[in-house]
Formats: sequence, C-alpha cells, structure tokens
Amino acid sequence: MEKESTTKTPPKIKGEVFIKKERCKGCGFCIQFCPSKVLAFSKEFNEKGYHFPEAVNPDACIGCNLCGLYCPDFAIFSVREKKSK
Amino acid sequence: MKPDPKTVLTGTHFLKGNDAVCEGAISAGCNFVAGYPITPSTDIIERISKRFPFTGGTFIQMEDELSSSIAVSGAVWGGAKAMTVTSGPGFSLMMENIGYAAMTETPCVFVDVQRGGPSTGLPTLPGQADMMQARWGSHGDYQIIALCPESPQECYDLTIKAFNLSEEYRVPVLLMTDECVGHMSERVVIPPADEIELSPRRYTTLPPSEFHLFRPGKDLVPDMIKAGDGYHVHVSGLTHDEHGRPVITPECQDALVRRLVNKIRQNEPKIRMVEEDIPDDSDVILVSYGISSRIVFLVRELARKEGIKAGIIRPIVVWPFPEEVFRKAAKKSRPFVVVEMNMGQIVYEVERCAAGQAKTYLVPHAGGTVHNPEDILKIIREAVK
Amino acid sequence: MSVAVSNPIPVNPVEKYLRMERIPHIWCPGCGIGTALNAFIRALDEAGFEPDKVCVVSGIGCTGRVAGYVNLDSFHTTHGRAIPFATGLKLANPELKIVVFSGDGDLIAIGGNHFIHAAQKNMDITVICVNNFNYAMTGGQYGPTTPISAQTSTAPWGSYQAPFNLPKLAESAGAVYVARWTTYHVRQMKKSILEALRKKGFSFVEIISQCPTLYGRRNKFRDGITHMEWFKEHSVIKDHPIPSDINLGFRTETIVGKFLDIERPTYLDAMNDRYQRIREEKGV
Ligand SMILES: Cc1ncc(C[n+]2csc(CCOP(=O)(O)OP(=O)(O)O)c2C)c(N)n1
Ligand code: SF4
Ligand code: SF4
Ligand code: SF4
Ligand SMILES: [Mg+2]
Repeated sequence: MEKESTTKTPPKIKGEVFIKKERCKGCGFCIQFCPSKVLAFSKEFNEKGYHFPEAVNPDACIGCNLCGLYCPDFAIFSVREKKSK
Repeated sequence: MKPDPKTVLTGTHFLKGNDAVCEGAISAGCNFVAGYPITPSTDIIERISKRFPFTGGTFIQMEDELSSSIAVSGAVWGGAKAMTVTSGPGFSLMMENIGYAAMTETPCVFVDVQRGGPSTGLPTLPGQADMMQARWGSHGDYQIIALCPESPQECYDLTIKAFNLSEEYRVPVLLMTDECVGHMSERVVIPPADEIELSPRRYTTLPPSEFHLFRPGKDLVPDMIKAGDGYHVHVSGLTHDEHGRPVITPECQDALVRRLVNKIRQNEPKIRMVEEDIPDDSDVILVSYGISSRIVFLVRELARKEGIKAGIIRPIVVWPFPEEVFRKAAKKSRPFVVVEMNMGQIVYEVERCAAGQAKTYLVPHAGGTVHNPEDILKIIREAVK
Repeated sequence: MSVAVSNPIPVNPVEKYLRMERIPHIWCPGCGIGTALNAFIRALDEAGFEPDKVCVVSGIGCTGRVAGYVNLDSFHTTHGRAIPFATGLKLANPELKIVVFSGDGDLIAIGGNHFIHAAQKNMDITVICVNNFNYAMTGGQYGPTTPISAQTSTAPWGSYQAPFNLPKLAESAGAVYVARWTTYHVRQMKKSILEALRKKGFSFVEIISQCPTLYGRRNKFRDGITHMEWFKEHSVIKDHPIPSDINLGFRTETIVGKFLDIERPTYLDAMNDRYQRIREEKGV
C-alpha cells in the first residue's frame, strides 16, 4: 500500500499508541479516522468477541491522539514520544 | 442546633397560616425556595420573596411545578435547606419529584395548601382531598411523612417540625394545610431563636474512601454529603446499591425499597404526633385532622349537651399513620366518627385499624367550606344508637 | 530504573475522570455518546477546574447514563428535569461548575420548557445535548429533532413533523454561547465544550450523533462509521454561521460551527445585585 512513502520520509513528530484491547467494542473509529493509517483490525477477538485495533504501522504514528478522542470506550490513546534520551 | 436570631421574628403576631408557614420555614433555616404561583398557596412565596433578601435565602420562581419540585432536590444536594409550595393542580405535577426525593433520600419540604378538586376544582376554597395522594401519589413503594396543622400557630410550629423530620429521616416531608388554615389570621407566638431546636443535616464524618452514600445507620437512615465536598457521589433515581450505583436486580430492589419504607415505619412511634383525649366514659371517638378538627372541637361540646360523651383523636402526623393509637382505641368497641373534608380517605385507615372491633362512620364533604356541625351530630347520633 | 522489555501501558488520562469500575459502559458498539463523553472529559481536563467542584447532571435516556460514568459528583435525575435540578444545585452552591449532559428527547421534548427558561434566565450552567434524532433508550421513537421522512419505530412510514432547530432555539431563548458539531468533529467539539465550560452563563453545545442500533439501522446508516463518514461529507463549516441557515432536512447538508458567544448578566449576578441594592437601601 502506502507503506513505502511513509517509511521513506519519517514524520517530524512521533507518537506511540496504546491499546487496551479488552475494553474495545470494535467500532473501528480509530482505524477509520487515523490520519496516518497506523491502525488495522486484528484477526483475533478480544474477550467480548470484538476485533480490536493493532498498530500495523507504528512508525507512522504522529501522536495526534485523534484515535484517543474518537474512541467511545476509552480503549485507545497515544502519547507524543520524547525527542531524545 | 439553633436558628440565626437575625432571621427569627420573635414575638407575638397576628398572622395568616400561610405567613406562618413562611416564618416557620425561615426559622427552620430554609434558604432555598422554588415555586410556581397557585391559589391558595401563592402568598407563601410572595412573603418568601420579600423576606429572603434579608435572611440569606434564594427564591426562584420556576416555569412550573415539575421544575420547582426537582430544583428543591438540586438545592439540597448543593447544601441548602429547601422547600416548595403549591396547591392541588401543582401538587399533582410534583408527584414525580416527590418520588425522586424519596428514592434519593433527599431531605426537603413540600407544602400543599389544599383546595377543592379534582382538576382545577375550587381554587379559592378549601379541601382535604389530597391526603391519599400525599401518601401514594408518586408511583412505586415509598413512605413519606405528612403533617396537618389546624391553626396558624401550628403552621409555624409544624413547618419547623417538617424540616426537622426531613433531616432526621432523609425523606421529603409534606405539610398538608388547606385554604382555610392558610388564610385564617390568628395569634402566632414566635419564640426566641435560642428556644427553637433544629435538627442538623446528617453529614458524614467519614473520609471519601470510607463513605457509602446509601449505607444506613442503626435507624436505617444513611448519612449525607453535599456536592463539592470531594466525595464524588452518584445519586440516581434508579434502584441503587449502598454506593449509589444502579443495580437492576430484584435483590437490590428488595433491600432498597424495604429500607426506604421501614426507616419510616420502624420509627413511627418516634415520629408520631397525636392529640388524643378519650375519657373512659366516652360513647364515641371523633377523628379529624387539620381544619376539620376545629369544627370537631365545637361539635364535641354540642354533643355533650345532648348527653353524648365524645373522645377525640387528632393525628398531627397523618403519615405514617398512628396505627397503634387507633388499634388501642378500637379495643373498647366505641364507634369512630371520622370528619374529613373529602369523600372518604383517612376513614379507610381508621377502619383498617379498627379491624372490625369498632364501627367506623364517615362524615363526608366534597370541600369548599368546613363541615356543618349538624351534619356531624347526625352521624354521631346514629353511631351511638 | 531498569529498562523493561515491554513498557507497561500508561494510564489513559481520561480515566481519572471516570468511574472505571463501571466501564465498559452500556452504550452499543459504534454509538456516539462515548465519543461525546470523551471530548467532554478532555475539555474538562484542559479547563483545569478542580474536579471536586464540578458536577454532572443528566436526565433519562442512553445519554442520561453519562452521569453514572463520570467520577465527579453526579446526578441522574428524572426524565426531562436535569436542567431544573442543576438550577437548584447552582443557586444553592454557586462555586460549583455544573454541566448538564443529556439527550435530545430529555432536554428538548419533555424538558423543553426548562431548557428555554434556564436559557432565558441565563442560568450559569453548561448544557451538552447529544442529538441522535430519536428516543434511543426506549427503542428509537421519533422525537423533537427527527428529520422529516426519517423512519423511527413510531414513524414507520417516515416522520412528518418538522424538527426543532436547537441552536436557533437556544439563541432566541437567551443562551450566551451556542455551538453545534457532529461526532466526526472531535477536535472542534472538544474546543467548543471547553469554551462553553469557561463561559459564564447558559452555554449550549449540540452534538449530532449516530445511534447505529436504532436510528441508523432504520435509516440506512449501516453502522457508526457509515454515519460518521456521512457527517464528514455533509457538514458545512462556516465562520459566522447563523442558526436559521442550518438545514434540518433528512440526508441534506447541514451547518455546524460556533453560532453565538456573547455576554449577558447571569441570573445569580442579577439577583445578588438586586438583593445587595435593596439591603443597602434598607440599611441592613
Ligand atoms: C416521565 C417519563 N416518560 C417516559 C420515560 C421513558 N423514556 C426514557 S428515556 C426516553 C427518551 C430519551 O431520549 P433522549 O433524551 O433523546 O435520549 P437517548 O436515549 O436518545 O440518548 C423516554 C421517553 C421516562 N423514563 N420517564
Ligand atoms: S495518535 Fe494519531 S497517528 Fe497515532 S494512531 Fe492515533 S490517530 Fe493515528
Ligand atoms: S475506537 Fe475504541 S472501541 Fe472503537 S475500534 Fe478503536 S479502540 Fe476499539
Ligand atoms: S441505542 Fe443508540 S443511542 Fe443508545 S447506546 Fe445504542 S447506539 Fe447509542
Ligand atoms: Mg436521543
């Protein structure tokens, strides 16, 4: 897909996305509205029987936290990564 | 706890019953009143709106009685002592939020200046036909406390009592007056502030981590908090557990509703206020409450002239009903004659308590004016035959 | 500290505002109420109010359940009566920040009279209305915001009753802040809620939301995402939108944005002012 172009030019701001899969109800908002296409549904089901999101393209995450804002179940959010160690 | 002396109009006054309700509320520390005008209760909010700027209270005229009756609950959870005032048609609209206050154990006072009904009925004339509505008007099982004053002095005293009982039992208390008592002017003695005893709100002493909003004490009444104190409580009209969390199960329902009912039933002897005068040689027992008892006292004298000796029972706290008093009185099988300004309400309670041991007679009245003494005498004569 | 192989998942910052023991909530997968609540919590966090001094009041309905999930003093009242309850609470304890969070049916139908009167009085509360075009809790009947031709359980042949324009209603009744967004517009929604929270007086935010289980299913919005994509395509954002320009048609474009942000004395300020003057006059 678009993988190549995103890995070639790394985004200026980076983020890390965290997923509490057991809380997810599989609505897909986070996947649909992520501007960087970081997320995709898992093959697996969680305890409640829903497919939950996985970061299939974690390096593309810009830490915008739109996923965290959309999520009706407080199951996902992101943090901006610290610049250096 | 004593009221703020600056708010208490200590002295002897010539007051209408409705004015006395207003002063009673202020003496009781009431600092929030929401209301919607309705005859014959309106003069209470008129006086409140005049007095409150000087007693530290907040009066708000709401858009209807639905909003007035729930604003009171909001104010109480905000820390106020709150009251709303109405009459028949408005009382009907308040039923949903009397239920809410009962369910959420919100201490507050509802005043119903009864007029003739049903519907718009007799706006300017008295009735006593809201007594069963007071007891059962909101849906579901619950138990409230209701008081019936017979004079302006009692309007003052019992309004304070109503606030005190509401705090002690965390329950809505209904002051059931009527147009007649509300608009008659009589001597009212307002005592000095330091002679007035007020029941404080039962605020918890526990820290938030140990506090449960609906965990009852020995008397089945839980302690309270107010919003903003850091307890982060949840208050819901849904069936809830001790934490206030909605739990929609028969078990939780059973525990909650039994307690809501029993906290009043079990404490009835402590709540009870009855005027009782039954000489041993009584031929008949006259039962009345509120304005009707004023006529009954007169009729008692008239009956004596005919050689009929009458005892009297006047429940001042009508709900919870003082069953024991009536059961005891029924044992000697003297007939009860119940005088009330309706087509038969409290008479059913009396009959139930008499349980076949004493005959029960009603002197019915559709409202609009007090009973004609002769109508009562007629039934008394029949009862003692 | 040693570097762990897998970092522990940090705590979602919204959690401290939620009664986590009650999560998962009752809302259906794809419902927009959770997103609206999420935006509210983030706005609240950003506003920086002392959480002890913030109260949420709800009525009855799917949206009305919000009060049960927030870790604040919260009140789940009777159907339609959230606003007058909040009025009593505010007047009794003016230092509290009070937010009414409820549905379109609760706030505008059974509670409609309270809504206009609290706005007219400029009661200092923030009202957040999740408008999902139907009475969801009771199974999806038509309500005060259902568009003409939309199907509901009690309008099986399509609704034929004109819907309310909520921003217009709020503005004409006397609100001082009015905004309208959809659940697609999460950032704007959060910003508007933040502004509303900071506003003194009657502030109102309408959040147009999907209800995939009932309204959506009956009106060919297959799931939550489908409806949100539709919101995205059909919302028109204007700089200075006018409430009467909002289009309330079924499956038409509609205007969102901030409609009003003005100043007016609140009920309490006006009351205190008047009381103070009268006390001074009487020398009390
Ligand atoms: C007095 C009263 N009438 C009717 C109901 C039933 N009822 C519960 S919720 C509701 C509608 C809620 O609609 P809305 O406010 O739009 O909330 P939603 O469920 O759509 O979020 C109704 C009619 C009730 N609880 N109380
Ligand atoms: S933070 Fe932004 S970029 Fe990262 S996963 Fe979430 S939505 Fe996508
Ligand atoms: S938005 Fe939340 S509930 Fe929906 S799929 Fe993503 S993580 Fe799951
Ligand atoms: S019925 Fe509709 S509004 Fe209610 S939780 Fe489900 S999707 Fe949401
Ligand atoms: Mg709705």
